[in-house]
Amino acid sequence: MKATVTVMLKTGVLDPQGEAVKSALHGLGFDGVSSVRQGKVIELDVADGTTEAEIGAMCEQLLANTVIESYSVDMS
Amino acid sequence: MRAAVIVFPGSNCDRDMQQALLGAGADVQMVWHKDANLPKGVDLVAIPGGFSFGDYLRCGAIAAQSPISKAVIEHANRGGYVLGVCNGFQILTETGLLPGALIQNAGLKFLCKTVDLIASTTNSEFTRGYELGQTLRIPIAHHEGNYRIDADGLSSLKEEDRIAFRYAQTPNGAEDDIAGVLSQNRRVLGMMPHPERAIDNNLGSSDGAAMFSGLVSSMLDA
Repeated sequence: MKATVTVMLKTGVLDPQGEAVKSALHGLGFDGVSSVRQGKVIELDVADGTTEAEIGAMCEQLLANTVIESYSVDMS
Repeated sequence: MRAAVIVFPGSNCDRDMQQALLGAGADVQMVWHKDANLPKGVDLVAIPGGFSFGDYLRCGAIAAQSPISKAVIEHANRGGYVLGVCNGFQILTETGLLPGALIQNAGLKFLCKTVDLIASTTNSEFTRGYELGQTLRIPIAHHEGNYRIDADGLSSLKEEDRIAFRYAQTPNGAEDDIAGVLSQNRRVLGMMPHPERAIDNNLGSSDGAAMFSGLVSSMLDA
C-alpha cells in the first residue's frame, strides 16, 4: 500500500522559495497569484496494515522538522 | 584537551576544524559517522561544516540519525562540550540539542563572504576569549543559515543569555540577527559562521582562534 506525506513550512514561517516562485509567476503575467508556498511530497510504499499513526511517527522523527514544518498523511 | 571531529559523507570542513584544534594545542581524533562510540576521554566533539548526505531531505536531517549522533547526544547529556559549525549547527538543531531551525537564506542565494560578527555573550567556554560586543571578522558559507525560532523560544534565549553571536547586519534573514546559540548548560554551541576558517591572518582573519584557544585552556584548567 502507499502512503503520501505532504510536508509544508508552517504558516508564519517565511518561505523564500515560495516568494521567488510568486515573483516569477507575476513576471509571466499571472498577476492574480497572491501567495505561493512550496513544500514537498514524499511517497512511501509500506506494508499492508501500516497505520496512519506509524506514518505519523516517521514524520515526527525524520520526514518533517516540526519546529518549522507541518505535515499531513494520506493513506488512500 | 581531547577533541573528536565527526566526519560524515559530505563533510568538507573537517580538516579545517582539525587544524584549528591542533593549532590551539588539542589532541584531535577524526571519527567516522558510522562509529557508534566516541573515543574514550573526549572533552569536546566538533561537528564540522559541509553538506552531510548531500543535504537530502533537510540539511543535517540524515546526519542526525547516524550512529555517532546518538553518542554525541549522550556526550552532551553527560555535560560534554559540543561545537557545531555551519552544517554542524544544522545537525545540532536536527538532533534537538539546540533549539530552532535553519531554513533557506532570505535572499535565496548561497552566501560566501567574510562578515562582521558581534560576540553577544562571554559567558561560555567558547566565547570567554572575546569581549562583550567585540566585532569579529569571520567567514560564512551557507545556503540555509536563516535561523528561525518561535517567539517563546527567542525570549528564552535572550533571558538565559544564550545568543552567542549576532551578525552586525544579517546576511540571511536570521531571526534577531542570530548567528550562533548555546544550549541551556552553555556547553553546546552551534553557529553558522566558520571560526575554524579564521585562525590565521594569512587567510584573512585570525578572529576565530580565540575560540579554540579558550576552549583548550579551559579544559586544561579543569
